[in-house]
Amino acid sequence: MRRIEVTCILCPVGCRLTVTEEDGEWKVEGYGCRRGLAYGLEEAQNPSRVLITVIPVDDGELPVVPVKTSKPIPKNLLLKASKALAGLRVKAPVRLGQVIARNLLDLDVNIVATRSIKARRDRVEADGQK
Amino acid sequence: MPTRRVDLLVVGGGPAGLAAAARASELGVRRVVLVDERRWLGGILPQCIHPGFGLHRYGRDMTGCELAEKLIDRVSSLDVDVYTEAHTVRMGYESYLSKTAEVLTPRGAFRFRAKTVVYAAGARERTCFEAGIVGSRPAGVYTAGEVQEMMDVWGILPGREAVVAGSGDVGLIVARRLTLEGVKVKAVVELMPYPGGLLRNVVQCLEDYQIPLLLSHVVLAVEGSKRVESVLVAEVDENLRAREETVKRIPCDLLVIAVGLIPRVELLAGAGAMIDPKTGGPVVNEFLETSLPGVFAAGNALVINDLVEHAMEQGELAAESAYRFIEDGGFRSASWKRVRVGDGLRFVVPQLLAGFRDVKLYLRASSPSENARLLIPELGKSVRLRSVRPAEMITLTLKAEDVLKAERLTVKLV
Ligand SMILES: Cc1cc2nc3c(=O)[nH]c(=O)nc-3n(C[C@H](O)[C@H](O)[C@H](O)COP(=O)(O)OP(=O)(O)OC[C@H]3O[C@@H](n4cnc5c(N)ncnc54)[C@H](O)[C@@H]3O)c2cc1C
Ligand code: SF4
Repeated sequence: MRRIEVTCILCPVGCRLTVTEEDGEWKVEGYGCRRGLAYGLEEAQNPSRVLITVIPVDDGELPVVPVKTSKPIPKNLLLKASKALAGLRVKAPVRLGQVIARNLLDLDVNIVATRSIKARRDRVEADGQK
Repeated sequence: MPTRRVDLLVVGGGPAGLAAAARASELGVRRVVLVDERRWLGGILPQCIHPGFGLHRYGRDMTGCELAEKLIDRVSSLDVDVYTEAHTVRMGYESYLSKTAEVLTPRGAFRFRAKTVVYAAGARERTCFEAGIVGSRPAGVYTAGEVQEMMDVWGILPGREAVVAGSGDVGLIVARRLTLEGVKVKAVVELMPYPGGLLRNVVQCLEDYQIPLLLSHVVLAVEGSKRVESVLVAEVDENLRAREETVKRIPCDLLVIAVGLIPRVELLAGAGAMIDPKTGGPVVNEFLETSLPGVFAAGNALVINDLVEHAMEQGELAAESAYRFIEDGGFRSASWKRVRVGDGLRFVVPQLLAGFRDVKLYLRASSPSENARLLIPELGKSVRLRSVRPAEMITLTLKAEDVLKAERLTVKLV
C-alpha cells in the first residue's frame, strides 16, 4: 500500500489529506469538500507545477528575461528542467509571450518569455540623459 | 522651479497607482500625471516572476511581470502623462484645491500643483536592524526584495547557501526561487509558532523542495568579516524571547531578510496627514481620503495587501473619489464614525465611515483560528469564517444605510 500526505491548497482551510493506493484503488481521506478529493488524487498521482526562471539576454536593455513553462510540468522534474535550461540564451528584443525554447525535456512544453525586453540603445540615451 | 498645474497627481506607478491613473482617465479626469521614481513602471510586479497574480480579477493566473505589462499597456493607451525616474521629495497641502509635490527627474526639478493626489508609493521592506539582528555587517545580508531584483532583473546570484529570516509570502517565494537556481536554502526561520505566509506558498515553496521551516525561532546575529560566514539561530519561549541554551550556528554566505513591509508614508506625514499606528498607513475615510482633503491613498502605502487585486481596487476607488472631489469641489461634510478595532483584529481600513456609499472593509486577524465569527454588534451582523489566517486579508462589505443608522461601529473576531 502506498500512502501520500497532501495539503489541499484550494482554499484557506488547508485540509490535510491522506491519499492511499492499494492494487490500483485510490482513496482520499480528510477532505472538507469535493474539490479537495480531486485535488488529492491529482497531487498524489501526477503532481505538477509551472517552472519559472530567468534566461540571459544578449544586447538587451536588461541582462535577463523571466520565463515560464507553457504548462505545468511534473514536480519531480522541476530541478532537472531548471538545469536543462542552463546555457540557453536569447537575443533582444524579446516580446512577452515569445517562445524561447520548444519541447523542454521532451515533455511537450515550451519556454515562454513573461516580460518584454527591448534591444539596448545607446547607453547614454537609455539613461535619459542629454 | 517650473510649476505644472494638474487635476490629478498619482504618486507611485505600481499596480495601485496604475489602476488609479487608468480609472481617472477613463472617467474623464483631465491632466492626469503619474510619477514613479524607478526606471520602469509596475512597482514590485516586474521583480515578481512567479505566478499568482490576477486570478480573481482576470480569471487567469499571471506572473507579476505579465500583469505589469498588461497594466502599463492600458495606461499607455490613455491620456496619462507619465514621468519615470521621477522622485517625489516633498509634498505639501496649500489649500482645499491645491496640493504641491516637488519632483526630481534626470531632466530637472518640477513642482506640481494638483487639485487632487492619489498617493500610491507602496511599502518598504523592514531591515535587519528593525528585526533586531545584531553581529557584524559583512556582504551577503540582503532584503528579499533586493534578492529578487538582483536575480530576476539583473541576473546576479547573491550567494550559495542561504538562511531566510521570515516566513511571510515574500520569504517563502524567495526561498523557492533560490532553490531553483541551485542555492541551498538551509532554513526559513520564523519567530511566530505559525508560518507568516499563505498556506499555498508554504506547500509550494517549502514542502515541495523540503526546505526546513523553523517555527518559533529567531535569527540572533550575523557572523563573518568580509562575507557572511554563518548566522546564529535560537528557539524562542512563549514571550518570544530567545532561549540561550538553544542557540545554534548555521553556516551560510547569504542572509535574506524577509521580515515584513511598512507603508511608505513619510511624504504624506510630512504634508500633515494623520497616520494610523495599527496599519502604519494613513487614516482614511470611505472615499480613501486621508485627513488632507483631496489627498487619497491606495495600495501598500495605505495598508499592506497580500493580493494585488486589493491594491488595484483601492487605486480605482481613490481615482473615483478624486473625480468626484474635482467635479463637486470636495465632499459634503459629515459626522465621521471611527470604526473601533475589537478583539482578534489588528486593524480595520478604512478607519472612518459616514454612510455616503457602500464600503468594503479590509481587516487582518491577530492570530490563526478555525470556525471564527466576525461581529459588528451595533449592526447585529455576524459572519462565519471557516478558517482565519493573519496572512490573508479579510474583506467585508457594509451597506451605506447600515453605516448611516449605526451610532458607533465595532468590528471584532471571536
Ligand atoms: C515579494 C512579493 C510577492 C507578492 N506576491 C503576490 C502574489 O503572488 N499575488 C498577489 O496577488 N500579490 C502578491 N504580492 C502583493 C502585491 O504585489 C502588492 O500588494 C502590490 O504590488 C502593491 O502595489 P502598490 O502599487 O501599492 O505598491 P508597489 O508595487 O510597491 O508600487 C509603489 C511604487 O511607488 C513608487 N514610489 C515610491 N515612493 C515614491 C516617490 N517618493 N516618488 C515616486 N515614486 C515613488 C515605487 O517606485 C513603486 O514603483 C506580493 C508582494 C511582494 C512584495
Ligand atoms: S478540501 Fe475543500 S475545504 Fe479543504 S482545503 Fe481543499 S478546498 Fe478547502
